[in-house]
Amino acid sequence: MKTVSTNNVSADRHDDHKPSGIGRWLFATNHKDIGTMYLVFSCIMFFIGGAMALAIRAELFRPGMQFFDPGFYNQMVTNHALVMIFGAVMPAFVGLANWMIPLQIGAPDMALPRMNNYSFWILPFAFTLLLGSLFTPSGGPAGGWTMYPPLSLQSGNSFPMMIFAVHLMGASSIMGAINVIVTILNMRAPGMSLLKLPLFCWTWLITAYLLIAVMPVLAGAVTMLLTDHYFGTSFFNPAGGGDPVMFQHIFWFFGHPEVYILILPAFGIVSEIIPTFSRKPMFGYDAMVYATASIAFLSFIVWAHHMFTVGMPLAGQMFFMMSTMLIAVPTGVKVFNWTTTMWKGSLSFEPPMLFALAFLFLFTIGGFSGLMLAIVPADYQYQDTYFVVAHFHYVLVPGAIFAIMAAVYYWLPKWTGTMYDMTLAKWHFWVSTVSVNVLFFPQHFLGLAGMPRRIPDYNVQFTDWNMVSSVGGFVFGFSQLVFVWVIIKAVRGGPPASAKVWDADMPGLEWSVPSPAPYHSFDTPPDVH
Amino acid sequence: MDHAQPAVAHDKYYVPHGSPWPFFGSVTLFILMVGAVMTLESGGIGQYVLGLGFLLLFGLFFGWFGTVIKENQAGIFNMQVDRSFRMGMSWFIFSEVMFFAAFFGALFYARQLALPWLSGEGAKHLTSVILWHDFEGGWPSNGPAHLGPSGSGSTFETIPALGVPLINTALLLTSGVTLTVAHHALRAGHRSVLKVFLALTFLLGFLFVFLQAREYHEAYTELGLTLSTGIYGSTFFMLTGFHGFHVTIGALMLLIIWLRTMNGHFTPQRHFAFEGVAWYWHFVDVVWLGLYIFVYWL
Ligand SMILES: [Cu+2]
Repeated sequence: MKTVSTNNVSADRHDDHKPSGIGRWLFATNHKDIGTMYLVFSCIMFFIGGAMALAIRAELFRPGMQFFDPGFYNQMVTNHALVMIFGAVMPAFVGLANWMIPLQIGAPDMALPRMNNYSFWILPFAFTLLLGSLFTPSGGPAGGWTMYPPLSLQSGNSFPMMIFAVHLMGASSIMGAINVIVTILNMRAPGMSLLKLPLFCWTWLITAYLLIAVMPVLAGAVTMLLTDHYFGTSFFNPAGGGDPVMFQHIFWFFGHPEVYILILPAFGIVSEIIPTFSRKPMFGYDAMVYATASIAFLSFIVWAHHMFTVGMPLAGQMFFMMSTMLIAVPTGVKVFNWTTTMWKGSLSFEPPMLFALAFLFLFTIGGFSGLMLAIVPADYQYQDTYFVVAHFHYVLVPGAIFAIMAAVYYWLPKWTGTMYDMTLAKWHFWVSTVSVNVLFFPQHFLGLAGMPRRIPDYNVQFTDWNMVSSVGGFVFGFSQLVFVWVIIKAVRGGPPASAKVWDADMPGLEWSVPSPAPYHSFDTPPDVH
Repeated sequence: MDHAQPAVAHDKYYVPHGSPWPFFGSVTLFILMVGAVMTLESGGIGQYVLGLGFLLLFGLFFGWFGTVIKENQAGIFNMQVDRSFRMGMSWFIFSEVMFFAAFFGALFYARQLALPWLSGEGAKHLTSVILWHDFEGGWPSNGPAHLGPSGSGSTFETIPALGVPLINTALLLTSGVTLTVAHHALRAGHRSVLKVFLALTFLLGFLFVFLQAREYHEAYTELGLTLSTGIYGSTFFMLTGFHGFHVTIGALMLLIIWLRTMNGHFTPQRHFAFEGVAWYWHFVDVVWLGLYIFVYWL
């Protein structure tokens, strides 16, 4: 290994000297600082979106109107989705990518550090615009996060605010994704071939590709909405030869890859954690890589399964049903590989492993209900019911969000240098896992019984399960305060963590640097075996 | 490009120091967006806010890129940074391709599915029976209500493919050749050939934009073809409009690297900015070929 020095330009210091004051954050170029900002931002958005969810569950606790008018309920539903998807889950994954990818590939930082800061700082402004729209005279966007015309075109002043907020989020995501791809392709330590790449990096590499491919399509779709609203175009107006269903096609061409953008990094996280706490290498590493790539490819040819009931040629329905069910194959490969990794391993159940295991079981439930939704004749029954709500919340909450929590519990000692409160973390796990099922499992029953989604009132026969679901929702929501408390406690201090943190023999480079990780990760390229 | 190569060749890691430009850029985008919202919703001072946003945007480009150019001229970027820039530019162009794909998709969907359905074919027969049973479909079309600048019942003419659009095709293809000549000259160290052919390239680009603007003028004043001329006008102006905007940006970038060339920037070995702009220009060229075939010709 040759020794390599880092090029020092003016303020660049590669000891642990950090820039001081607010400038450290506003003008940041350090991947750890930017990663921290992403994670804190995501946490704030998680609680804002969560408050909206609790408003929804409070309204649905009983039939009849309790707290607010239907218009405000619709605003809550719409903004809950936009905030959770673009404000909470995606920035959390980008934050984890920022923190961990340079550490995992032996790089000093992200490849394009200034653009990295740009992609972060756009987000607070984008969400100021979006959440600010709630305070306009007409109220916030209320036509659903999917923004289907003609309904979305009938919004008031909030309409352009939502459109431009989506444009900003898209710009941020594209820049973040370019950074991740370039970092992984260009900054790996010598000797780290692509098939030695940690699985978290692999899943992020493919996620970043999906982001660059589909965020511009979303930008195009909302731009057409904007010109239809203000400049007289007829993209979605049949009188001029357009078609409102065309919006749904363009939107879901973005939207389905988007759901893999929300879950592939979670797959990567689980693929890091399960081998560690099984004390075994990942079973079928190559298969995991190929399965991830297959899922990404298939994600481009399944979009119309979101629109089976809008009217589509039979051949189209058949094609999209078959292609959707095909995704079960690579996803099954992944689930079996995780399970096989644990087979005869010497397992231990620290908080990250607990969350990863819950992910494995509960995400699979969401996967199976997805298969049910893929079947065209069955989907005619499920479309726009609470069954759909139960399905995507199973893949997103005990799926994506549990994986994010698992990642935080896994790498937090590496970030803070201290061990967190294991007992509290386990409490957080058990209360969350029980309540998340109380929250979402009854929604399957409600949906199969025919309760429609996005409606603030319901028939009295749905009362019991709605009450159960709301109780679960409040318990789940408030138990997340424990999570924040565990993190704050660990940041303030605690027993020091060793470089390896966990009692296992992990190959990852992030465990070769001390805890907390030095301000600049690797000044010299590390050895890769 | 050697995408899959691990970073074996670098001699030094480089991490840039902190910079105010990204944060400044975020504030700029926010002001731009707020200005656009105000302009669209209420007019008033909105356009001044929008104008301020554009001013700041120019400041951003000059400030940020100026800093990077200065650093580059000072020779502090190593080959690894150069490769990062190249990869970043390639993936940015890929994102642009996907942006255009959305609008091409709308064009194909409208022509192949929406209009036939509206005229009674296939799965959505009832729309035609109930709403517009005498609509014939076909292409070009401004829809069953014949939308246009004078409301419904408008007629319009299209721009013939063999007139100005053919000249514009020739202009852009020629500019691709002159740019390649300039690039070869740069690599061979023939600075004067480089300067002449680079200047030719951006002049051809600006000429293209000028002809396109004249064509738009004719469409609006004489042909009844506007943004509100049904689906034909929508797809025509959004596709050619976004393309024309990209040509303008591309020509401005060519102008800037020409000015840099005049100032002695770029060496036969190191000229990322030149190549980045060249890739962008070729991308704009290829999009035009798609436009010429699917919008003007077929
Ligand atoms: Cu989907």
